[in-house]
Amino acid sequence: MSFISILSEHNEIFENTLQPDCFPDLNLDQVIQAITARKQEYNLKPFYYTPLKDLRTIRYRQAVMRDLTNERLMAVLKTFAEQMVRVRRYLALSDKLEYRYHQEGWFLEAALVYGKAVTELGEELVSISLSSKGLLAFRDYLTHYLHSRPFEAFLAEAKKVKETLQRIRYCIILQNGTVRVRRYEGEIDYSLEVEKTFAKFKQGAVKDYHSDLSKSSGMNHVEAQILDFVARLYPEEFATLDRFYRQHQNFVDEAIQRFDREIQFYIAYLDFMAEIQRKGLPFCLPEVVQEKNIFAHQTFDLALAHTLRHEKQEIVTNDFYLREAERVIVISGPNQGGKTTFARMFGQLHYLAALGCPVPGKDAQLFLCDRIFTHFEREEDLRNLSGKLYDDLERIHSILENATPQSVLILNEVFSSTTFEDAVFLSKEILQRISDLDAYSVWVTFLDELSTFNQKTVSMVSTVKPDNAAERTYKIVRKPADGLAYALTLAEKHRLTYRQIVERLRP
Amino acid sequence: MKVFLLYPDRDFDLKQELPPQAEALIQDLEIDILLDAMAQGDSFLRNVAKQVLLHSLEQPELIRFRQSILQDCLRNPDVVRELYQIPIQALITKQKQWLGIFSFYPSSILSSAVELLEMFVGLLRKMRRIVDENMGQFESRGFQRFFTMIQQELGDAYFLEVEEHLKELRFREGVLISAELGMGNEGTNYLLRKPKRQKGDWMKRVFSKRSPVYSFSIPPRDDHGAKAVGELRDRGINSVANAVAQAADHIDSFLNVLRVELGFYIACLNLAERLAEIGEPIAFPEPYPSNTRFHTFQGLYEVCLALTMNRCVVGNEMNGDGKELVMITGANQGGKSTFLRSIGLAQLMMQCGMFVGAESFAANCCSGLFTHYKREEDATMKSGKFDEELKRMSEIIDWLKPNAMVLFNESFAATNEREGSEIAQQIVQALIERNIKVFFVTHMFELARRFYDLKSAKALFLRAERQADGQRTFKLHESEPLPTSFGQDVYRKVFQIGVAQSASPADFRVG
Repeated sequence: MSFISILSEHNEIFENTLQPDCFPDLNLDQVIQAITARKQEYNLKPFYYTPLKDLRTIRYRQAVMRDLTNERLMAVLKTFAEQMVRVRRYLALSDKLEYRYHQEGWFLEAALVYGKAVTELGEELVSISLSSKGLLAFRDYLTHYLHSRPFEAFLAEAKKVKETLQRIRYCIILQNGTVRVRRYEGEIDYSLEVEKTFAKFKQGAVKDYHSDLSKSSGMNHVEAQILDFVARLYPEEFATLDRFYRQHQNFVDEAIQRFDREIQFYIAYLDFMAEIQRKGLPFCLPEVVQEKNIFAHQTFDLALAHTLRHEKQEIVTNDFYLREAERVIVISGPNQGGKTTFARMFGQLHYLAALGCPVPGKDAQLFLCDRIFTHFEREEDLRNLSGKLYDDLERIHSILENATPQSVLILNEVFSSTTFEDAVFLSKEILQRISDLDAYSVWVTFLDELSTFNQKTVSMVSTVKPDNAAERTYKIVRKPADGLAYALTLAEKHRLTYRQIVERLRP
Repeated sequence: MKVFLLYPDRDFDLKQELPPQAEALIQDLEIDILLDAMAQGDSFLRNVAKQVLLHSLEQPELIRFRQSILQDCLRNPDVVRELYQIPIQALITKQKQWLGIFSFYPSSILSSAVELLEMFVGLLRKMRRIVDENMGQFESRGFQRFFTMIQQELGDAYFLEVEEHLKELRFREGVLISAELGMGNEGTNYLLRKPKRQKGDWMKRVFSKRSPVYSFSIPPRDDHGAKAVGELRDRGINSVANAVAQAADHIDSFLNVLRVELGFYIACLNLAERLAEIGEPIAFPEPYPSNTRFHTFQGLYEVCLALTMNRCVVGNEMNGDGKELVMITGANQGGKSTFLRSIGLAQLMMQCGMFVGAESFAANCCSGLFTHYKREEDATMKSGKFDEELKRMSEIIDWLKPNAMVLFNESFAATNEREGSEIAQQIVQALIERNIKVFFVTHMFELARRFYDLKSAKALFLRAERQADGQRTFKLHESEPLPTSFGQDVYRKVFQIGVAQSASPADFRVG
C-alpha cells in the first residue's frame, strides 16, 4: 500500500523555488506572504509558486478543497498538525540533550505524541464523509498503517514504558547544600495541612502567590544527578526505556510526514480565506475551462481585501464576463476609481484558479492559462522618457514573443508618459497584435479610442457616485467609454442634466 | 470566619460602583455635609459611610438587622471603638515594620508571610480577650454571631496549632520534597512533605523495608549547583509558601472587612454624638416593604442644615400613608427645598440602617432614590437648559425600577409655565401609574392645580406656610395649591421694605 501526494494524483509535484514574474504587479507576493506567514516551517511557498497545467490535477485539488469545507475535518487536521509539530520539536530536543535518561525521555515523549496523532487522525477520518480522491486514498493508507504489526507493537511499547516511569515517586531532602534522594515513603502533603489550619479565614479570592517557576525544558547537573540516583533506585524501569530508545530510532512514516506538509497548502489557504470571508465576502471554486468563455461575479482583489480585513471600510466587488469573440477588457474612467485593482483581480483569479484554489467571487468560470504576463507602469520609472519608452516597448515585445493564445496579459497605463499621438499610435499597434494573438487581456488606459477597437474589445469604466462626482464607487461596469461621464455627474449634482432641466422648467 | 456586620450573610463590597444616580444625590441632598460629620476627618470612614449610605437596602429585615447592631453600638461605644482598633493596629504595624509580601521567590514569600502571620496571631488573641470580656452586653443578632464565632474559631488549642506550624515552617531539619518523573524524565509535581517523626511506632520501623539513600553535596565553589539546589527548594516550598501567604492575606482581608463594616457603625456613632451636641433628636425609623406606601413622621428636620447651622432647626410633620404623589407648593424661601432634602436624606439614612433626624419616622422603602433638580447653570453649553433637563430625566427613566422614588425640585420650569406644566404632568402621571413614588416641589401653579383637580386620594398637597404678616415659619402644611408663590415677600425682605407697605394677601390669593 502506498500513497504519493495530496497535491497531485500521480506524481510528486515539482516545486518552483522562485516566484513567478507577475507576482509583484498582481500583489500576489503579498497574498502568498500572508498565506504562508504563520506556516514557515512547512516551506509552502514553492507550492504556491507552481501553477498547474492540467485540469485533472486542478480538479484533484478542488475536490480536496471541497472536502475541507467540513469544519470537523479541518479541526481534525489542525490538531494532527499541531501534534506533528510537537513530535518534531521533541525529536530535535532529544537530539541535542547530553544526559542519557533525559535524552531518552524526550525521545519517548515524541513517540507517544506521534502515536496519538496518527491514531486519532485515523479514528476521526473514518467517521468523516470524504469524497475527494486524495483524502480517500490517504485515509486508506493511514488505516492500513495503523493496523500494521510494527506500528501496533511500537505504540504499545511506548505506552508501557511511559506508564512504568510515571509510577515512580521519590523523595529529595535538601539541607545545607546536601542533596539526598530516596524512595517516597508515604509522608503527608504538608501544604494541605497548612491550608487546612488556615482555611477558616478564607475571605474570597486572594492573590495567587505561586511563583511561576516554569522553565524551558532542560536539566542542570544537579537535576541530572538526581535523575541518575532515581534510575539507580528503579533500575528495571529504566532498562525498558533504554530498550525502547534503541529499537525505534526512525518511527515517523515517510508518506505521513509528507502529507503533514502538503495538506498545509490547503489549510493555509483556507485559513487565510476564512479571515476575509468574515467580512462577508464570497469565495467559490471556479469552473476551470479550456474554452474561451469566462465570467466571475462579485469578485474582488484578494490583496486589498486582506489589507482591509480588519477595517470598517467596505470592499467593493465587481463582475465581468467575456463571451464568444470578446478577448480584451479595456478599462477607462476616472483615476483612483479601482481600475488597477480590477486589472490585478483579473490576473489573480486566473493564477489562483490554476493552483486549484477557491477564488474571490460568488461564482466564476476561468480559463486555464499557461502563463500570466503583466506590464504595469511604475512612477519610479520616470527617468529618461525616450529611454523609458524604449524599455516599455522592449518589454512588451518580449511579452508578445512569449505569449500564446492560452496566456493572460495585463497591461496597466502603458505609454502614459509619451505624447498623445504616440500613445494612440503605439497602443493601436500593440492592441492589433494582442487581438491577433487571441489571448485574454486586460488593458487599463486613458485612451477611450481603444475601447471600440474591434469586436474583441470590451469597454469597462470606473464610476463615481451619481450625486457626488468626487466620490468613487470602485465599481467597474461594462459601458461605453465616455469622456463626458465625469462632467455629466457633476451636472447631475447641480440638477443641470437635460432631464432635470426639462423637469425643473415644467410649467 | 466572616465579619457579616452589614449583611447577615455576606460581606459589604467597598469597591462596588456607586449607583448611577449617586452623583446627583450627593449634589442635590448635600450629602457631603453629612459625610463630613460621620467621618470626623477620617477619609477612610468617609468613604465607607458614603458607600453604605448610597447602596441602599430595600428589605426592611436587612434594615432592622443593621438598626439593632447600631443600637448595640450606641449602648457600648467604648467597646466598639476598642474593637475597631484591632484592624487599625494591624494596618499601623504593617506600615511601620514594612511587613508584606513583595517578593517573587517562594523562600522570601514564605518568610514574609510567616512574619505577618505572627503579628496577626497576636492581634487575634487580643480580639478574643475583648470578646470574652464584653460579650454579655451585646444583644443584636449580628454581634452575637460575630462574638460567638470568635470564641469558637479562635480557641486556645487553635492558637497552639498555628504556632506549631509557624515553627515547623522554618525547616530546621531540611526540606523534604517528593517528586515524580514528568515529560522527558524531568522532575515534576514537587510537593512539600511533612517528615515522619522518628519516635514511637518502632515495630513498624524495624520491619519496614527502608529505601536506600543516595546523596551528594554541592562543592563550596559550585555556584551553579547551589543555585540549582535553591531552585529545587523553591519548587518544593512553592505551594506551602502560597498557602501561608494566602492565609496571611485572608486574615488581612478579614481584618480589612472588619475595619469597613465596623467603620460604618463608628461613623454613625460620630454623627449621633454630633447631633446630641447640637441637641437634635434621632429616631430609628420604621421601614415598610417597598411595594407599600407609607410616609408618616414627626419633627423631621434636615440633618445637614442642623449640622451647618450648628443649632436646632424647624422640623416638619406629615401623614402621607397611602400617598403616591406629594406635591409641595408655596412661598419662596418657605422651606420647600429644605423639606424635600429632609425627605431624601431620611430615606437614604433609613435604607442604610441608620437613625434619621426626626422624633419619629415611618416610611416604605424604595427600590432606588432619584433626584431631579433644576440646575443653576448649564455646564455643557451645547444643549439648552430645558433640553438638558429632559436629557437628565430620560437618563433617570432608564434607571428606574418599580417602587423607586423620585424627588423633583422645580423641574421643567426652564420653559414657560404652560409647556413646563404639560410636560411635567405627563411625566409625573406616567411615573405614578408605573408605581414610582413622587415628591414634586414646584412653583408652577398650573401643574399643581392639574393634579389637585383630579382629587386623587393618593396625592398629598403641602404648602409652605406663611403667616398673615408675611413671615415664614419654614413649616409645611397640608393645603391646596395657591396660584402664586410669595416672591413679593422675599423681595420685600431682601429690599428691606416694611410689612405695612405690602399688598394685602388677597392680592395674590386666587381661588
